[in-house]
Amino acid sequence: MPIEILMPALSPTMEEGNLSKWLKNEGDKVVAGDVIAEIETDKATMEVEAVDEGTLAKIVVPAGTEGVKVNAVIAVLAVEGEDTDKAGEGIGEEPAKADAAAPAPVAAKSEAAAPVAAAPKTEIAADPDIPAGTEMVSTTVREALRDAMAEEMRRDGDVFVMGEEVAEYQGAYKITQGLLQEFGPRRVVDTPITEHGFAGVGVGAAMAGLKPIVEFMTFNFAMQAIDQIINSAAKTLYMSGGQMGAPIVFRGPNGAAARVAAQHSQCYAAWYSHIPGLKVVMPYTAADAKGLLKAAIRDPNPIIFLENEILYGQSFDVPKLDDFVLPIGKARIHKQGKDVTIVSFGIGMTYAVKAEAELRGLGIDAEIIDLRTIRPLDLDTIIASVKKTNRLVVVEEGFPQSSVGDHIANQVSQRAFDFLDAPVITIAGKDVPMPYAANLEKLALPNVGEVIEAVKAVTYR
Amino acid sequence: MATAARKAPAKSKSDGKSGLSAPKPAEFTKDEELAAYRHMLLIRRFEEKAGQLYGMGFIGGFCHLYIGQEAVVTGMKMALIDGDQMITAYRDHGHMLAMELSPRGVMAELTGRRGGLSRGKGGSMHMFSKEKHFYGGHGIVGAQVSLGTGLAFANRYRDNNNVSLTYFGDGAANQGQVYESFNMASLWKLPVIYIIENNRYAMGTSVSRSSAETDFSHRGASFKIPGIQVDGMDVRAVKAAGDLATEWCRAGNGPLILEMQTYRYRGHSMSDPAKYRSKEEVQKMRSEHDPIEQVKARLIEKKWATEDELKTVDKEVRDIVADAAEFAQNDAEPDPSELWTDIVL
Repeated sequence: MPIEILMPALSPTMEEGNLSKWLKNEGDKVVAGDVIAEIETDKATMEVEAVDEGTLAKIVVPAGTEGVKVNAVIAVLAVEGEDTDKAGEGIGEEPAKADAAAPAPVAAKSEAAAPVAAAPKTEIAADPDIPAGTEMVSTTVREALRDAMAEEMRRDGDVFVMGEEVAEYQGAYKITQGLLQEFGPRRVVDTPITEHGFAGVGVGAAMAGLKPIVEFMTFNFAMQAIDQIINSAAKTLYMSGGQMGAPIVFRGPNGAAARVAAQHSQCYAAWYSHIPGLKVVMPYTAADAKGLLKAAIRDPNPIIFLENEILYGQSFDVPKLDDFVLPIGKARIHKQGKDVTIVSFGIGMTYAVKAEAELRGLGIDAEIIDLRTIRPLDLDTIIASVKKTNRLVVVEEGFPQSSVGDHIANQVSQRAFDFLDAPVITIAGKDVPMPYAANLEKLALPNVGEVIEAVKAVTYR
Repeated sequence: MATAARKAPAKSKSDGKSGLSAPKPAEFTKDEELAAYRHMLLIRRFEEKAGQLYGMGFIGGFCHLYIGQEAVVTGMKMALIDGDQMITAYRDHGHMLAMELSPRGVMAELTGRRGGLSRGKGGSMHMFSKEKHFYGGHGIVGAQVSLGTGLAFANRYRDNNNVSLTYFGDGAANQGQVYESFNMASLWKLPVIYIIENNRYAMGTSVSRSSAETDFSHRGASFKIPGIQVDGMDVRAVKAAGDLATEWCRAGNGPLILEMQTYRYRGHSMSDPAKYRSKEEVQKMRSEHDPIEQVKARLIEKKWATEDELKTVDKEVRDIVADAAEFAQNDAEPDPSELWTDIVL
């Protein structure tokens, strides 16, 4: 039996990749350990090694193919004694491209690994902060974040970035790609693995007047540093009677990625939103990521900037403006509607957006509000919407107790009780540590069905 | 030497790599001796008054007095140039006075009044002055070590020739982030002097009960940071060590550790009965090694000042402290609206 060589998954969130180069030709002998191809993932260019010995009978996916699904057959290996010409027969007619139907096992895998990865279909409502007629450029969240940092570093020599693997490695998630080349090692600083220490060094530098961007490889690791973030960064302005503060941005991926289990899958939006002295930003779209990160770098306060690994590779329209800065503390109406208000933020928006599309089919016109900033919270925009729709569902991935949704429900019940036609429903992650098994992980996260059921409940359908 | 009664007396010590060893005590001029006397006495009298006001209920919460350790900040301040920064933990009143923050402002902060340095919102443990390059005043043991390393990072970034004086105690020396900071400071050659004020007790736990390595000058060994032990009760020894250390940092050699062997006469805080040590131990330090008495004895011996002249200095210092205490007791409390200011800019 010839051996099928499959497109490998080379990162927790990878669903597809580009086959950049073949290092072996058809007819070449290979032994286990030989590098046969190079694959570009969402994070890096990786070498693919052969695991079996034989002759490369057929290259199914040619070099330069983009969007090759994980587990698609990319080549066929004839083992000893097999006819290399026959080994490849019948294989390769099977589509391997991303836009074609993928084989069943692939679909099952990607669904489990990244339950919300598909791009949203909803037309995004115009943002009043973007001038009408502005040219839009499709940009990934990853590129938008990088562009924001680069633009601000060009603008202000006091801005620098520090963190683990931000410089020579080009960023563990490629967010700082190219910054070392442009700005040099003085301003793009690789740190040891020492979160508590470098968070404190960053805050100290900020107290001395510099404007650090501290990247945490993920916010899970920032728990090592949380004393410096809260006790030093957030409180100094108050404790000094306004004399001295910390203009600093703490940024990095937050929340569940895919299949990385309990210690690496946690949303900190509610945690940091508890703290006076901090601002907490959590964008969903690439435009918001760019405009808000630029605003965060300019802001004289300590900012928690929560990103999401699954969103990094998603593309959105970003306005082509020389200096695109958005206001921190202002929610964005993602889609206008009249029957129910769905409030969400960050990756929670992916559930809201998908649910909204299905609800339209049921004749329910939902308004979606993307908070963008968790603290200060734009309650006015929420209340105005609730006064119009009289119904509210809040969606987030974090744990349910003392969640962002709980706070919103409380505030709405105090400020707009008479406008509510149904109790506020909050949808959150389940009250369990994140499990590893694909099916359990899926159960632990919110899902589109829950959002739809909640909307049906508050609209009495 | 002043530390002869100690278990581990300060002595010339080299780490074997840097070639650094504790310098001889500085030769003070008459003016330097008199200045040191006045500065240390101001801290002593200020702290005594703070203790008194605490007892009267004017000062609340935690209040950690610096009595006994005055030579450390006074000698180090004499080695600084304009722009050098200082940061410490919560036993900070002496550091603030050494950095020339106003005694009125410090005392009124202790009493929680609007004229306090933090407008009454920081208290004993949290005061700052951008103007005087004093960066706090921090309540979490060890946190100031990373912050002080960050101040040095900023100096290096700006290439401004300034040095960060980062103070912490023998207790904080066992915190993890201290060593994370040591590593980065040495790796990046940051101009920071780590001043370990070893007053022998971390609250109630003696150094020997808390520390596997009780020679704190060696605590940087894994990070190639040289260190020296200094008689922290002799302001001249501190000044000489400060000169050596600032020169070392300004020359681009990276961080340095100064272990200041010192002693606090009072309890850890106002509520500490200090039953973990004997009265005799305290009395011995006071009578044989007091930093202020040492200067006074030299001034008299060298005939640089008469008893009467020193009494005049005492009187001037007492007047400054009395004025600060008067102000701190009579100044108004913060306006209630201050509750909501300075949270974010």
